[in-house]
Amino acid sequence: MSSLVLFDVPGPKAKRRQLIGTVVGGVLVLALLGVILWRLNGNGQLDPSRWAILFDPAAGVPQAFGSALLLTLRIAAVAMVTSTVLGLLLAVGRLSEHRWVRIPVTTVIEFFRAIPLLVVIFALYFVLPGFGISLSAFAALVGGLTLYNMAVLAEIFRAGILSVDKGQREAAFALGMRKTQVMTLVLLPQAIRRMLPVLIAQLVVLLKDTSLGFIIGVFELLRQARSLVEFFNSQFGNIYTFQLYVGAAVIYIVINIALSQVAKIVEKRTRSSAKAAGAAPPALATSTIDTGRAPGV
Amino acid sequence: MQFFLDNIDLFRDAFLNTLGLTLFAGVLALVLGTVLAGMRVSPIAPLRGLATVYVEIFRNTPLTVVFFFVIFGLPQIDTVVPFFTGAVIAVGTYTAAFVAEAIRSGINSVAPGQAEAARALGLTFSQTLTTVVLPQAFRTVVPPLGSVLIAMAKNTSIAAGFSISEVSSLLARLSNADPNDLLFILLGVVLAYMIITVPAAIALNRIEHRVAILR
Repeated sequence: MSSLVLFDVPGPKAKRRQLIGTVVGGVLVLALLGVILWRLNGNGQLDPSRWAILFDPAAGVPQAFGSALLLTLRIAAVAMVTSTVLGLLLAVGRLSEHRWVRIPVTTVIEFFRAIPLLVVIFALYFVLPGFGISLSAFAALVGGLTLYNMAVLAEIFRAGILSVDKGQREAAFALGMRKTQVMTLVLLPQAIRRMLPVLIAQLVVLLKDTSLGFIIGVFELLRQARSLVEFFNSQFGNIYTFQLYVGAAVIYIVINIALSQVAKIVEKRTRSSAKAAGAAPPALATSTIDTGRAPGV
Repeated sequence: MQFFLDNIDLFRDAFLNTLGLTLFAGVLALVLGTVLAGMRVSPIAPLRGLATVYVEIFRNTPLTVVFFFVIFGLPQIDTVVPFFTGAVIAVGTYTAAFVAEAIRSGINSVAPGQAEAARALGLTFSQTLTTVVLPQAFRTVVPPLGSVLIAMAKNTSIAAGFSISEVSSLLARLSNADPNDLLFILLGVVLAYMIITVPAAIALNRIEHRVAILR
């Protein structure tokens, strides 16, 4: 239902009312922004010299942000690859017809889905060393991200595999294919195309979650911003705090919005190509894949 | 086990903090999210724009960064909030974006005929939205809204990084304890989250069945 159904095409009176509403609404929004800017300005936060530090190579800020961004991307990339591979294996394991495979795999998936990511990271970082396995903060973060996201991705993959039409599987078996062949040659290629948007959405979540490294002291983007703030505070007093945090936040937002846009484009393409090929009825569109988890939270 | 019992007071306080955080942030997220969803379908363009920008920004910012802005950013505009209130604001405003998206998808799933009929009866936009569309939308979005809220309960753990003594933070705080004792603490932490999430999931399932519309 488009939102246009919710209200009538405005007549002259309604148009006037809407104009008033638009003006009042606009003024309210601008007033809110104005108050924030005014308060910031009152504290001298809008002083251009304060913002210049973000782009000043002599102060080392762009370099520090750049290397921290690289580390963030490296953490995300490693965790994305490992969790996708493990998630795929777990999904196939959960669909196995052998009970001794299915039950342990289901337990692992449900366990890691039920506890907060931060608890997994803490367990790796604080609890494991007591048992002789010392992980660096980097390894604990990547390990936590992997364990948590492999469980979430496993459910996404499973939903995708189950959404492939039953006839495909039956036809493949009728052709004399083995179980492995049915899975790898028939089901997975169709499933992956269909769940690509959900998959990318989850990878955006993973990228966002790398910021948890801040709490255990991995020098990713956020921690770097914090340590820059501490450094500049000790040098010049509390003047660059706000600017540096805004800088880090803007980097996150830009990267994530870019990735989300990729997800949207992929979704549009898979949808239209499915329509063109007549392969998937609309009821099987990606948006109906139930992952049991709201994407992106 | 003895160590766990020795720290039971600490554990209880932490659990109450997590529970309180979940409840307050949940209410804030539901109220703010519903308002945002209403704004996104309203006839007034600036409100639509504001809600869209809000949702896009909060959905693409890590919760940790939102925490940063509330705890370290708000003082820059002369608004200092206590840590607990700050955590409620951070988790609530962040989750509101996801609640708004869930409710909007619910609004989109209500049959257009419903809104057309409401308009034909002469209902205004706010009447159409609050008395016809939203009541039906809420019923269809119980499952996604439920997973948003359960994810939020787990997300409250991030408050551990901002000097709030909630359940996860105990792992960091007691990390010098004997490894076996710490394992018990870990078990307790996992159980504490399950005490919140499992009944919530069951309750949501019940609600879903009770309010489901057969189409």
